[in-house]
Amino acid sequence: MAVLQASGITKKFGKFTALDGVDIEVKEGEVYGFIGPNGAGKSTTIRVLLGILKATGGEVKIFGMDAWKDAVEIHKRVAYVPGDVNLWPNLTGGEVIDLFAKLHGNSNKSRREELIRKFDFDPTKKCRSYSKGNRQKVALVAAFSSDADLFILDEPTSGLDPLMERVFQECVMKAKREGKSILLSSHILSEVERLCDTVGIIREGKIIETGTLAELRHLTRTSLLVETKQPISQLEQIQGVHDIENLQQGISLQVDTEKLGDVITYLSQFDIVKLESAPPKLEDLFMRHYKTSNRGGGAR
Amino acid sequence: MMFTGTWRLLALIVRRDRIRIPIWLFALTLMTIVTAPAFEGLYKTQQERQVMAETMKNPAMTAMVGRGYGLGDYTTGAMMAHQMLLFTAITVAIMSILLVARHTRADEEAGMIEMIRSLPAGRLSNLSSALLVMIAVNLVLAAATGLGLAALRIESMDMEGSLLYGAALAAAGIFFTAVTALFAQLSENSRGTIGLSFAVLGISYLLRAIGDVSNGTLSWFSPLGWVLGTEVYVNNYWWPVAFTIAAAFTIMALALYLNSIRDLGSGFLPSKRGRSHASVFLQGPIGLGLRLQRTAIVSWAIGMLLLGISYGSVLGDLEEFIGGNEMLAEMVSPAEGVTLTEQFMTMLMSVISMICTIPPLMMALKLRGEEKKNRTEHLLVRAVSRTRLMGSYLAIALGVGISMQILAVFGLWAAGSAVMEEAILFTTMLEAALAYLPAMWVMTGVALLLIGILPQMTSLTWLYLGYSFIVVYMGDLLQFPEWMRKLSPFGHIPQLPVEEFDTAKISLLVLLAAGLMLAGFIGYNKRDLQG
Repeated sequence: MAVLQASGITKKFGKFTALDGVDIEVKEGEVYGFIGPNGAGKSTTIRVLLGILKATGGEVKIFGMDAWKDAVEIHKRVAYVPGDVNLWPNLTGGEVIDLFAKLHGNSNKSRREELIRKFDFDPTKKCRSYSKGNRQKVALVAAFSSDADLFILDEPTSGLDPLMERVFQECVMKAKREGKSILLSSHILSEVERLCDTVGIIREGKIIETGTLAELRHLTRTSLLVETKQPISQLEQIQGVHDIENLQQGISLQVDTEKLGDVITYLSQFDIVKLESAPPKLEDLFMRHYKTSNRGGGAR
Repeated sequence: MMFTGTWRLLALIVRRDRIRIPIWLFALTLMTIVTAPAFEGLYKTQQERQVMAETMKNPAMTAMVGRGYGLGDYTTGAMMAHQMLLFTAITVAIMSILLVARHTRADEEAGMIEMIRSLPAGRLSNLSSALLVMIAVNLVLAAATGLGLAALRIESMDMEGSLLYGAALAAAGIFFTAVTALFAQLSENSRGTIGLSFAVLGISYLLRAIGDVSNGTLSWFSPLGWVLGTEVYVNNYWWPVAFTIAAAFTIMALALYLNSIRDLGSGFLPSKRGRSHASVFLQGPIGLGLRLQRTAIVSWAIGMLLLGISYGSVLGDLEEFIGGNEMLAEMVSPAEGVTLTEQFMTMLMSVISMICTIPPLMMALKLRGEEKKNRTEHLLVRAVSRTRLMGSYLAIALGVGISMQILAVFGLWAAGSAVMEEAILFTTMLEAALAYLPAMWVMTGVALLLIGILPQMTSLTWLYLGYSFIVVYMGDLLQFPEWMRKLSPFGHIPQLPVEEFDTAKISLLVLLAAGLMLAGFIGYNKRDLQG
């Protein structure tokens, strides 16, 4: 069952089209990774999902309700962490966490203390003295101590140190185990790979690739390092082979993952001495999409 | 080294304020240049002016606009300096406070100074460029006002007097530039900087008011007293201008020194360890709104009480003064069954009401300020509707408005009854003041409407209040046509107890206020949040 179903959202600011038919579906108990370069429309999408911006076109249903009209009802079950947390400079972190809990309605006191301890956070300081990371902790503690069913996290770890990022990942995994759904927008691809079940890539206001990690991996290339007894001939003419480089240890090449079998068969004719393969990384897929920014649509 | 980059930053300030500063300068110059011919047209003969001088001689007027000079020979120039110089100087001071705070502590709070300081720019470059710009702005104002007044070729307004008039305004502006620059070092946020600077301005006004109605010594402790000490167009003393500017430069030097020794982002007023949990008051949007504006509310409350007391304390003298002057008593008391004090009170009520409208407008516009800082989204992404959020700020604004009005009237009544032989009933005063609430609500409605529909233009609310102040308070003096007065909600309020209570008019204003607010709510519910 889809907890969040956005279909064909468009958002225009004057003549500028920020979102151009974005589709997102987050199923119950799923972690959805939302990735894309800066300015692609991630935050705009999220703000439409939260009913802060009104979509020019399209439909957003969260828990079966309309994201704009039923915002308050929806928000009782949603926790949000923005990437850039602006807080009231003259309130303390503790006060803000409590205020957020009160506004949310249902929140867990013991969880609050536990999270404050885990995140190693001092709630008695005024918000103006907090660094970006500490302001993010305020939002994270408030979010994860609430009994939300859907977590919307917009680059929540951009200011955290690696240790705190680990704590964050534990929180996400715990929420997932409890059957909660999570929409995670992130730039940290290793984080997305570790946490997410489904990934959507947005560029220039369009979702250009979406699917499970396994499905997306299929679309990526595997890098091979191969050494053979006989010199390999006409490698560049084999379909699905890219970026051939002659190195001291052998030949390095990129292979479309779906053509891997064909390429190995071809290579084996030349008496393989050594074959190293590196698994496809989300980053490679990502880089390919990012680089081909002028062509529109996917690279494939 | 400390000043490296000053000129570049100066250019940046000029670029950023290329519209804001000219608007201020234009409005201020126009305000002066238009008034002088108005006075000239209004009081054509020396005899008419002399009657005006008699009217102005009472202590209440002295408290309000300052001591009159040359009342024996009340020329247009003397009248101008007496009735306009103080208020114009206060406006110039407000301009300086707002602009300096904007370019010093506000930028620092927003992190812009950090960016600049990471570049090869000196530690004092930002403060010094802001100071230079403000000195230049005030000098331009002095020249425009001075030359403009002289160009009117009014007989009693010679070149020297006119230039001194401009110089006195500039001196006030430069002094408050320095004061704000100092508070930008002491306070660690822009609200504090502006608040403390306004406090100094308010205290300056009060000291001068008390000094002017008593023996005058106290006035010399107020920078506004120094401005009036120039006795423009009568004696043309230049030394108070020199003294004010010298004082300003001393304060500027101190501000620069403090800026050079402090850490970026810190202030000299200490911040203490805070609560780890929210109190029972901080439970929702209303609690948050009140908490965020606590300092402002308390300072305004004290200010309004003091305002009431300072007006009230001259009411007794007023009676005495009228008792000793038959001609005056006959002249200004045409209404049956009301005392002159009561008549004077109606004017006070409109002024007090308009000043009391400032805090509720600030409370309402805070909603937009919070939105600009991307903080309303924290509330709206939780279980808070836009209607509830706006409603909370409206509730605070309405509550604060009524409280301010009551506090000011209480101060007026308490001080008044202490000095008057026949005190005016508290209820009479309260009724007269509360009759102004619908006008206050219309102003609040305008603020809400703009927040809901034209969020970029919310500062128009202040323009409207400023317009109201000019047409209602000075409309008679400047002989504005009646319709200009009627464009302001304050122009429709019956002046109790001199006039009858007009239920129809009041109901219409209440309806208008409700309509504006409703439109604001609808607009706010329909639009995007704009950070």
